[in-house]
Amino acid sequence: MTTQGTLDAASRALLKRAAPGRAAFEDLVVVPVFAVIVALVLGALTMLATDVDLPTIGRSYVALLVGAVGSLNAISETLTAAIPLVLAGLGLALGFRAGLFNIGAEGQLLMGGIAAVIVGFSLPGLPFALLMPLCLLAGALVGALYASIAGWLRAATGAHEVISTIMLNLISYRLLDYILRLPTVQLSGRADPISKPVPLNAALPRLLDWIDPNLRLHAGVFLMLAAVAVVYWLLFRTKLGFEFRASGENPDAARYAGIRAGWVIVLAMAIAGALAGLAGASQVLGVLGRATPGFSAGIGFDAIAVALLGRSHPVGVLLAGLLFGALEAGGRQMQVDAGVSIDLIGIIQALIIVFIAAPLLVRAIFPWGFRRHGSEENRP
Amino acid sequence: MQVELKGITKRFGPVVANRDVTLSVKGGEVLGLLGENGAGKSTLMNVLCGLYAQDEGEIIIDGDPVSFGGPGAAIAAGIGMVHQHFMLVPVFTVAENVVLGVEPTGRLDRLDLASARAKVTEIGEKYGLHVDPDEVIENLPVGVQQRVEIIKVLFRSADLVILDEPTAVLTPQEVEEFFGIVRSLRDAGKAIIFITHKLGEITEIADRISVLRAGEIVGEADPKTARLEDLAQMMVGRPVSFDVDKPPLEAGAPILAVQDLVVLREDDAVAVDRVSLTVRSGEIVGLAGVQGNGQTELIEALTGLRMPAAGTITYQGADITRATVRVRHRMGIAHIPEDRQRSGMIGAFTVAENMVLDTYYDDRFSRGPQIIWPKVHEQAAISATEFDVRTPSVFLRAGHLSGGNQQKLVVARELSRETKLVIAAQPTRGLDVGSVEYIHRRLVEARQEGDGVLIMSSELDEILALSDRILVMFKGRIVAEFDATAAAFDKSAIGLAMAGGAGAEVAA
Repeated sequence: MTTQGTLDAASRALLKRAAPGRAAFEDLVVVPVFAVIVALVLGALTMLATDVDLPTIGRSYVALLVGAVGSLNAISETLTAAIPLVLAGLGLALGFRAGLFNIGAEGQLLMGGIAAVIVGFSLPGLPFALLMPLCLLAGALVGALYASIAGWLRAATGAHEVISTIMLNLISYRLLDYILRLPTVQLSGRADPISKPVPLNAALPRLLDWIDPNLRLHAGVFLMLAAVAVVYWLLFRTKLGFEFRASGENPDAARYAGIRAGWVIVLAMAIAGALAGLAGASQVLGVLGRATPGFSAGIGFDAIAVALLGRSHPVGVLLAGLLFGALEAGGRQMQVDAGVSIDLIGIIQALIIVFIAAPLLVRAIFPWGFRRHGSEENRP
Repeated sequence: MQVELKGITKRFGPVVANRDVTLSVKGGEVLGLLGENGAGKSTLMNVLCGLYAQDEGEIIIDGDPVSFGGPGAAIAAGIGMVHQHFMLVPVFTVAENVVLGVEPTGRLDRLDLASARAKVTEIGEKYGLHVDPDEVIENLPVGVQQRVEIIKVLFRSADLVILDEPTAVLTPQEVEEFFGIVRSLRDAGKAIIFITHKLGEITEIADRISVLRAGEIVGEADPKTARLEDLAQMMVGRPVSFDVDKPPLEAGAPILAVQDLVVLREDDAVAVDRVSLTVRSGEIVGLAGVQGNGQTELIEALTGLRMPAAGTITYQGADITRATVRVRHRMGIAHIPEDRQRSGMIGAFTVAENMVLDTYYDDRFSRGPQIIWPKVHEQAAISATEFDVRTPSVFLRAGHLSGGNQQKLVVARELSRETKLVIAAQPTRGLDVGSVEYIHRRLVEARQEGDGVLIMSSELDEILALSDRILVMFKGRIVAEFDATAAAFDKSAIGLAMAGGAGAEVAA
């Protein structure tokens, strides 16, 4: 049977878009904003409970703000910290959209980072225009391969990616230690595991060192913005993204529609791994200049929080990454100015996630921020 | 026992699910509650069962207003409900299921199963609900599981038994048996509320009928004198035609030929056992059978979702036994899945996205790696209008549509492309009369355009109304074939074959 139709008045009326609903606004804006506020308040209470006096708490939050956005240096630090968080967070968000809970960004980031370093110091003769992209590519490729292991295990054997990526993280730590002690990798003359440095023509150039050599913001920030655009395009404009989202929302319906589940799993994991690998590469090429044990510093785990806070939307991930970058940069300032431990920032970050994950709790705390409930969502 | 609902109103936010509903039922009587899906029957019963609190109105039992804080209070007051989807633990025995939550215990809280067994047997004898108390639920046929649900309710000393769409899962024979049980409950003095949207049943079993439409009681009727047409009109709000208008059969060449197909389930049990069948162009073939007799697996094999263990599937002369789902889609096989919520659509996607769920890759909608969304939206708007999918916009999430409109969305997607074979599994399950009528008309139109149509349904009436030929499946085999050329189908013979009874002409 065939059906030809025309776009008559009745069907044209269906093309009107409803204004963004109140519910969407609450979900995307109100809940995260309130979550941050509650987390800051509870952070203050935590400080009170640990015998920090009120003026110090006040000073520490001022320092947090100043350290995050209060000066050019602060903004540079915030952005620098945000770059790997956003890159890895984008990968995780893409995985979440495809229904994959990838915990393995940390390992993929380490593997991608070390690959970028190795390519960098192995080919020091290449010009910058060739070597730097090559290093990034190596990072992405190795991250993708490392993540694909978990994807392949899931697709072929049904092994759950949460378990396998956690295990792959553990493997990656030791693998990195091993690689760092290889004579070809280890910095000559050093007994501790530390890699040869990334040559200058492989590094992501600093952007603001003409103002002040201490400003660490590097070209990875463009990579980050480009990745946001590309992931947005991929998820919402392409056939592949449609397949990812369909499989994530309803794997059964996707299968019935002829979408190959195994293919989607492996590919989504690979792309997520590539982004995590890029995060690692940008970190070593732009900030650290070399690889050391555990150079990821938990970025792969913080990125999970970033992806969740960003509601698995590329723009949301960007904003969440900037927030977490700001918390990190501000947290350092807080430690310096008020003598409050930077661990508090970890607590605040964790609290934000708890409240994001429990929107009902946020609604209960701020009833006036939300429309009265119990409409369509609650219908039988 | 006399239960009255007086002026019950229940709102969910701005939506009024029940408005000023008043009805009553007393011991020794069956009240038929008739209404379409979404008319508010379930909400009303959930109020009565204490699951929801009403916003206005009161519940009166034997003259005293009561208010239930929760389901426990309603049970204590003697109200019991048998849900449409059974609430049984499959690996427990009948007796264990019956006592679950109200276990009789001996000293030191020891579970006293012996007294549970005795009670189950006693209830069974009293009301003609014969079940072996030691049988494990998952080994029992659906009809018997339903009896266990009723025993559960009686075990909790219910005087009012609410039966929510109880016949949906039964064969015609089981329905007869079930009606016997309902009558014996009534004769024992129980009050019964029988919820259904099936007109034939309600006139047979009910003593009084109340019709619910859009949350309000729109009328009452006496089942002895009421005409089905009038009841249907009350229920839907407009005149309804029961007959499917179907021109005489002009079957052409075979489109689908299945030869000795064997399909296994996950546990390697044989689900489809050497099935052979043919669907010709311009013909509707009905696949009848009680759920769980291999129809689902057969359809999964035909659509490429499950690889057969043996046999061949030929489509328009080409062997597609091992072809993927996508390849079959592209060859013109449309599939309306059994469960639209689970596998037919994605609730979180928009109407437009769902409209292209299995055609997004088509050249009409994509260029290179990109989907051209304006084209998708345009086509979705056209299809939605054409297939009467009632939605304010194609950008609405499909999960917000009513069941009937969701199903019309699935039908629109599957039929608004070039097809030669339409495989429809339970195409109208749980839908209101209006949507059923519409979808049936569309399937007949596909037939008129020369498509082969294979319909699987556990509703025998649907199969009877639509089919040119009926195949009956039982325990994985096609046990009987009935031809429409012989004026009308013999309903009782088909029913017998569905139950695996003797006398079924076994198809070659």
